[in-house]
Amino acid sequence: MSVTRMFGASVKRREDPRLITGDGQFTDDFKLPGMLQMTMLRSPYAHARIKSIDTSKAKALPGVRAVFTAKDLEGVGPVPCAWLIPDSDLKVPTYTALAGEKVRFVGDAVAIVVADDSYIADDALDLITVEYEELPVVTNQEAALKAGAPQLYDDIPNNEVFHWKFRNGDADGALQRAEVRVKQRFVQQRLVPNAMEPRSAIADWNAGAGELTFYNTTQNPHIVRFMISATQGIPENKIRVLARDVGGGFGSKIPFYAGDALTIFASRKLKRPVRWTEDRRENYVATIHGRDQIIDVEMGADRDGKVTGLKVTNYANMGAHLSMAAPGVPTWLFALIVPGCYTIQDYACDVHGVVTNTTPTDAYRGAGRPEAAFLIERMMDLLAGKLHMDPVDVRRKNFIPASAFPYTSGGTLAYDSGDYEKTLDLALKMVDYEGFRQQQAEARAHGKHLGLGLSTYVEVCGLAPSKAAGAMGFQGGLWEPATVRVLATGKVIVLTGTSPHGQGEETTFAQLVAEELGVPVEDIDVVHGDTNAIPMGWGTYGSRSTAVGGTAIYKATQKVIDKGKKLAAHLLEASVDDITHDHGRYYVAGSPQKVKTIQDIALMANLAWDLPEGMTPGLEENHFHDPTNFTFPFGAHICTVEVDEETGEVKILRYIAVDDVGRVINPMIVDGQVHGGVLQGIGQALYEHAIYDDRGNLVTGSMLDYTVPNATQAPHIETARTETPCPHNLTGVKGVGETGTIASTQAVVNAVCDALAPLGITNIDMPLTPERVWRAIQVARAGGTGVTMDAR
Amino acid sequence: MKQSIRVMVNGEEHTSEVEPRTLLVTYLRENLDLTGTHIGCDTGQCGACTVTLNGQPVKSCMVLAVQADGAKVETVESLAANGTYHPIQQAFWDKHGLQCGFCTPGMMMAAVGLLARNPNPSEAEIREQLEGNLCRCTGYQNIVAAVQSAAEAMRRQPVGAGGAAGGEEA
Repeated sequence: MSVTRMFGASVKRREDPRLITGDGQFTDDFKLPGMLQMTMLRSPYAHARIKSIDTSKAKALPGVRAVFTAKDLEGVGPVPCAWLIPDSDLKVPTYTALAGEKVRFVGDAVAIVVADDSYIADDALDLITVEYEELPVVTNQEAALKAGAPQLYDDIPNNEVFHWKFRNGDADGALQRAEVRVKQRFVQQRLVPNAMEPRSAIADWNAGAGELTFYNTTQNPHIVRFMISATQGIPENKIRVLARDVGGGFGSKIPFYAGDALTIFASRKLKRPVRWTEDRRENYVATIHGRDQIIDVEMGADRDGKVTGLKVTNYANMGAHLSMAAPGVPTWLFALIVPGCYTIQDYACDVHGVVTNTTPTDAYRGAGRPEAAFLIERMMDLLAGKLHMDPVDVRRKNFIPASAFPYTSGGTLAYDSGDYEKTLDLALKMVDYEGFRQQQAEARAHGKHLGLGLSTYVEVCGLAPSKAAGAMGFQGGLWEPATVRVLATGKVIVLTGTSPHGQGEETTFAQLVAEELGVPVEDIDVVHGDTNAIPMGWGTYGSRSTAVGGTAIYKATQKVIDKGKKLAAHLLEASVDDITHDHGRYYVAGSPQKVKTIQDIALMANLAWDLPEGMTPGLEENHFHDPTNFTFPFGAHICTVEVDEETGEVKILRYIAVDDVGRVINPMIVDGQVHGGVLQGIGQALYEHAIYDDRGNLVTGSMLDYTVPNATQAPHIETARTETPCPHNLTGVKGVGETGTIASTQAVVNAVCDALAPLGITNIDMPLTPERVWRAIQVARAGGTGVTMDAR
Repeated sequence: MKQSIRVMVNGEEHTSEVEPRTLLVTYLRENLDLTGTHIGCDTGQCGACTVTLNGQPVKSCMVLAVQADGAKVETVESLAANGTYHPIQQAFWDKHGLQCGFCTPGMMMAAVGLLARNPNPSEAEIREQLEGNLCRCTGYQNIVAAVQSAAEAMRRQPVGAGGAAGGEEA
């Protein structure tokens, strides 16, 4: 039997065989006996009073089993908001699963139809008559805060749902004393996550048993179970949530949605399984959006480029309701990491959460951290421009030195480990920095606009010590359980509470166990997405699965090895202290010819014929791991571009991603995470934008109008890595799911602004479409200097 | 109201009664239980539902089931033959051309069509011809690598020519 080292190997994915054959099990693929189909009637108005709803014609349509409106929803609790940020005067408006008196965004649900199939259900939607009285609409958060703006809720003056503050040191004093100051407004445009699989749920209520089985496309099945029990009046032990294959999430499948609650309601009411799957049009208006923040920044520095102070005010558009994790995104997840990889200590941040007549926003890949990294990295370039310094030098001047770790940042985070010079040096070498600057100068002499954009980022992930979660008002823990079960035949089942949906942890975790236990990776199955099989779990998001869930698995595996050692000692008639374990082989030190393999041990442990005194049968261990800190991946991304002055088109010439995500278990999977994350960041920089018109209609409401990047818009990404292990978990891993998105957006925008610097352009708001860039060039040509192009 | 259709799906003939408005993708998923073909947008934008119709890739949400009457339809379920992966499946696995796997069946069927037209495509040609198939996970880089790898494998040993296609056991 081959015993191979698995940590660091590009093992092909264990999940792929079912996915490449069409044998994946996505939620909409399940068909239960007697299953009905649900569809939802959604408001075409962004803000309106519901005067009447007539469902009689819809109910009369053959094949329609029921039509429900808000008044029918007895026992259905509000759609939950579960991140109750403290000390912010947070107000959580009641979000009913179906709108009763008022609709507050285009897409707010007003009725559901349950029918024999989805075609009949769709027909019935057309037969429902709703009489609306239109109300004034506000979609922009700054406009919503102004006196006289339309009010979404009677009890929330000025539409402000929170004002959250963070202070460290004396930012005001530092700015006052600063030799130079740079001010800038950044617009983080609204984005649509666009997981390729639309949201879907099947509720199967067993009235006799009082049990619910809930198939759901979610990133966190145990949280869904928790939310169902909290809001639908079903005891937690009577709920089984199944998330088999999940077709991408990017944050959009964290929340518990109105549609989920309604599917459960309908199944209970009709005593039949009920399936609901949104179409893409619904996905655009009724699944959460991301970003949508307007951020004012002021930075103070010495003349030599040393940053001395930073003040930030963020106006966050929360949409019409507070989605499940929404309040934590523009606050905790944003503000604490704003100082980035720099020694900025005097720092203040204010965040205003505002409700508007738009789709609710929530966590979207990176969630707060891309906005923070964009801000600080753009500011470093603006400061460099102001001081006529090289952007590389400004960064080096302010880096936290490698010798300073662990380092308490200006955001009061305890950065675990880092070497920012190292990733920057490697990226500069890869791009041939001096060579590029020379090439750029030559191009400029010929009227061509080449640019280079740097992004030296650090991010915070591996969410999170549960104590920190509690302090931040997150209504859950963030630890992870693991079970490692070695069967009599030596095969292994691993249970994880994380819920991978594309990240490849069925493979990564199997590698982790194989490395420690010394069994072949193909003998290990990782089970996730079943709340009845798995003790507990907080899901997959915040780049936490491998750092937190993986560490739990590592520790459970060590317990298995230790138990095996005791049994091996018994069988080899030796003392436990004399037994060595080496990748699945137990032997007495010094006589490696007498061996008990892990398979021998598994058989004997499961048969239990001859166990040492006091040993329990079986070979299975659990570990519940609560991390002691977050993890802090970092890196340097460099993008080079050419901008066509006549058309405004941006062409990416090279994209280099140097990341340090701690120790790497599967480099192939890590590269894949970087590729996808980087393209999502490039998508924000160049293409994607959820635009509302004045009446609150989502103008970019389809994949084409919105511009989900396609293969021709994706550059080839050059990846490289350094490895600075995480010091506080035993695996040394940090996390990679979000680094690409956190690092890339500003690399592109910095590159474009660098290319256009000779024209006097310092800022263009995203997305940098040819039109926007072209307009900026026209303004600059007309004599503007320091041109900044605002989105609004 | 319902119409009778006869469709050859993955080599098997099916006679069914369908409403004229039934989409081909609905017919495949709901009538024939071939759930490997996914619905990502039902408006012809994402390509997740791509199948081949008489050998040509089509987005099956843009075709009515009645239009497939008398036609041959191949879905992702048809790719592995005689217990062996099709080179495109093998290449997607080898090159990490998928993450969540939702777009993958459509992406592979589009790639099969692409390689039938052009057995030796350049990277730019692959990117252009897969423009109608969206993926949100991979950044396309390893999808392009997978199609290149499959193209090479198929040039070495064409599918259907002399038994096994060269892939691992399915």
